[in-house]
Amino acid sequence: MAMTADTTADAAGAAAAGDRTQVVYNEDVVRKFTLAATFWGIVAFLAGTFIAFQLAFPVLNLGLEWTTFGRLRPVHTSAAIFAFGGNVLFATSFYVVQRTCRTTLFGGRDLANFIFWGYNIFIVLAATGYIMGITQSREYAEPEWYLDLWLTIVWVAYAVVYIGTVMIRREPHIYVANWFYMAFIITIAILHIFNNLAVPVSFFGTVSYSAFSGVQDALTQWWYGHNAVGFFLTAGFLAIMYYFVPKRANRPVYSYRLSIVHFWSLIFLYIWAGPHHLHYTALPEWSQTLGMVFSVMLWMPSWGGMINGIMTLAGAWDKLRTDPVLRFLVVSVGFYGMSTFEGPLMSVRQVNALSHYTDWTVGHVHSGALGWVAFVSFGALYFLVPKLWGRRELYSLRLVEWHFWTATLGIVLYITAMWVSGIMQGLMWRSYDGLGFLQYSFIETVEAMHPFYVIRALGGVLFVVGALLMVYNFWRTIRGDEATERRAAAPVGGTRPATVTVRSTPAE
Amino acid sequence: MVLEKPVTKGHARLETNTLLMAVVILITVSIGGLVEIVPLFTIDSTIEQVDGVRPYTPLELAGRRIYIREGCYNCHSQMVRPFRDEVERYGHYSIAAESMFDHPFQWGSKRTGPDLARVGGKYSNDWHVAHLIDPRSVVPESIMPPYAFLAERELGYRDIADHLWANSAVGVPYTEEMIAAAYEDLLAQADAEADWSGLEERYGDNVVTGDFDGDPERLTEMDALVAYLQVLGTMVNFSEYSVEDLRQ
Repeated sequence: MAMTADTTADAAGAAAAGDRTQVVYNEDVVRKFTLAATFWGIVAFLAGTFIAFQLAFPVLNLGLEWTTFGRLRPVHTSAAIFAFGGNVLFATSFYVVQRTCRTTLFGGRDLANFIFWGYNIFIVLAATGYIMGITQSREYAEPEWYLDLWLTIVWVAYAVVYIGTVMIRREPHIYVANWFYMAFIITIAILHIFNNLAVPVSFFGTVSYSAFSGVQDALTQWWYGHNAVGFFLTAGFLAIMYYFVPKRANRPVYSYRLSIVHFWSLIFLYIWAGPHHLHYTALPEWSQTLGMVFSVMLWMPSWGGMINGIMTLAGAWDKLRTDPVLRFLVVSVGFYGMSTFEGPLMSVRQVNALSHYTDWTVGHVHSGALGWVAFVSFGALYFLVPKLWGRRELYSLRLVEWHFWTATLGIVLYITAMWVSGIMQGLMWRSYDGLGFLQYSFIETVEAMHPFYVIRALGGVLFVVGALLMVYNFWRTIRGDEATERRAAAPVGGTRPATVTVRSTPAE
Repeated sequence: MVLEKPVTKGHARLETNTLLMAVVILITVSIGGLVEIVPLFTIDSTIEQVDGVRPYTPLELAGRRIYIREGCYNCHSQMVRPFRDEVERYGHYSIAAESMFDHPFQWGSKRTGPDLARVGGKYSNDWHVAHLIDPRSVVPESIMPPYAFLAERELGYRDIADHLWANSAVGVPYTEEMIAAAYEDLLAQADAEADWSGLEERYGDNVVTGDFDGDPERLTEMDALVAYLQVLGTMVNFSEYSVEDLRQ
C-alpha cells in the first residue's frame, strides 16, 4: 500500500529536505495573507463585540445611519468569515500546497499577488458598501452584483493556481489536506455563482434583483448559506487540521482510511443540509425532511474528522499540556466535534421549532466560528509566523497560553449566555398562561435578554483581548525578539516546563 | 534505473490524478443541490393557488429597497410558522405564494425583533413614523436602532421604472404599462390629494394611499418604507381558504 497520505505531512517535508535547494517556495504571498488575516481578525472581533454591545445598549447605534446594527452586522459576519477566515485559508492553502506537492505555486508570483490584492480589495469594497447600505440582503452573500463578478474572477484565478500547483506536484499522491482545499475551492465557486444570479437595475448602479424569488430564492440562499459553513468554514479548515495538527504534534495522521471515508461522505452529505434553515416555513415539507435527515447523517462524517484530528495526538498527549499552540489546534477540533453534534440536534424539526429565530442559533454558530474556525486559525498562524519570518519559535509561548485561556473563557461566556437566552426566549414565545392567553408580549422577551446580551458582549471583549495578545506576539516575533521566558536557560523552579519541551521539537 | 509505472487502484487513482479528483468532487457536491432545488421550480403545488398576491407598487418597491438597505432582515423575520403561539401572536401562517414576487426573499433567520410578515395594517402610519424615528418613544424597552434620517431624506425615485423593469426581467408580472407609469404611480400613492384611478386600475384596490410620513409637503424615504410595511401580509384574504386549499 504505502500511501504517502498515510504517513504524515512531515514525511513530505522530510523528503523535500533533500532537494530543498531546487524548490523555492513562494512564501511572500503567504506572509501577505498571514498579515491580512491577523488584521481582519481584529476588525471582525471588534465589529462583533461592538454590535453585541449595541444589542445590550441600543444608544450605541449612535443615531447615525452608517452605524446601525442592521448595517454593521454584515460587516462583522463578512469580516469574520471572508476577511479573517478567507485570508487564513489563502495563507494556509498556499503554504500547504507548496510543501505537500514540493513545488512552487503554479502561475508565478504575479498571479499569486493578483489573488491577494484582488481578494482584499473585494473585502474592503464589500465592507464599505455595507456601511453605505449596499447589500443584496442575502446572509453571508451580501455583496452586490459588481463585486460578485469581481470575486468570481479572483476565485477562478485561485482555482487555477491551486489546482495547477497540485497538477505540477513532485509527489506521486495528493496529500489529504489538498483534497479538502480542492473541495472547498470548487464548491464555493458553484455556490457563489448560483446564489448570486441577479439582474442589475443599470450598468452603473449598485442595485440588482435576485433571479429567484420567494421559496426558491430562500432555498437557494440557504443551500449557499449552509454550505458556506460546510465548505468555507469546515472543509477548508479541516484541510488546515490535516496539515498543521500532524506537523505540530510531529505524529502521523491517525487513520488514512478514515480520512477517505469521512472526506467523501462529508462533502456528499453537507450539500443536502440547507433546508434545515427553513423548518416550518413555506418550504415544502419533503424538502425540509430531506434537509433534516441528511443533517443528522452528517454527524457521522463530522465526528470522523474530529476523531482523525484528535487521535493524531495518540502517543503525544503530553504535548497538549506543554505546547499552547498545539492546544489551540486540538481544542479547536474538540469544539468542532461539539458544534457538529449540536448542529444535527438543532436540525431536527421539533428541536428547531424551539431554537429557530432565537439566540441559540447565534450561540451555535459562534461555538463553531470562535471555538473551531478561529482557534484552528490561531494555531495555524502561531505555527506559520515564526516559520515565515525565519524565527526559531514565537516571541513568547506564555503569551500564547494567556491568549488561549482568555479566548476560551470568552467563548464559554458567549455560548452559555446564548444557550440560556435562546432557549429562554423560545420558551417565552410559546408560553401560555392559565387562561389560555399568550403569557408574554414580544417586548417582554426582548427585555429578558438584556443580562445575557451583556455577558455575551463581555465574552467578546475577552476574545478581542486574546487576539490583541496574538498581534503583539506576532509583532515581537517578526522583529526577532525572544521573551525572557525563552532566553532563560532553564525554567525557574519548574514552573514552566512548556518552553523547554517545545524548544526540543524539531524546527522543520 | 527504469521505474515501473506503479499500480493504481481504488482511491489511489483519485489521489494521483488531480483532474479526476476535481471532477469527482464536482459531481459529489452537485447531487444534493440538484435533487432539492430543481423540483421547487417544477412541482406546481410548491406555490399555493390563491388570489390577491400582486407585484409591489412602485412606492412599496422603493420602500422595500430601504428595508433591504438598512438590513432589517438581520433582526426581523417575515415568515410566520404554523404554530399556535405564532398564529395568535402574528396572524395566519405564511404561505409560499405570498412571497412569490419577492426578489430577493425576506424570510429572515432571527427574531431579535418581532416577525413582520403580517405587520401591514396593524399599526397606524403615525405609529410607524414615531417608532422608526425613535423606537423607544413608543416601546421603551426596544433595542431597535433609530431611523430618524429616513424622515429627513427625499426619496430617490427617478430610476423607479428601471427597478420595475429589472423585476420584470426576473419574472415579476409588471406590464409595460406599469413600467411606463411607474413614476406617476409612485407620486400618486403618497399624495393624499391625487387621483388614484390609474394606480388602482393597475394594482387593484388593495393599495394603501395617502401621506405616510406626516409631512405632505415632501416625499421622503419614510413614506416609502411605511408604505411597504403597511402592505406586508395583507394581500391574501385567508378567510376564503381552508388549510386543505393551502396544502403544498
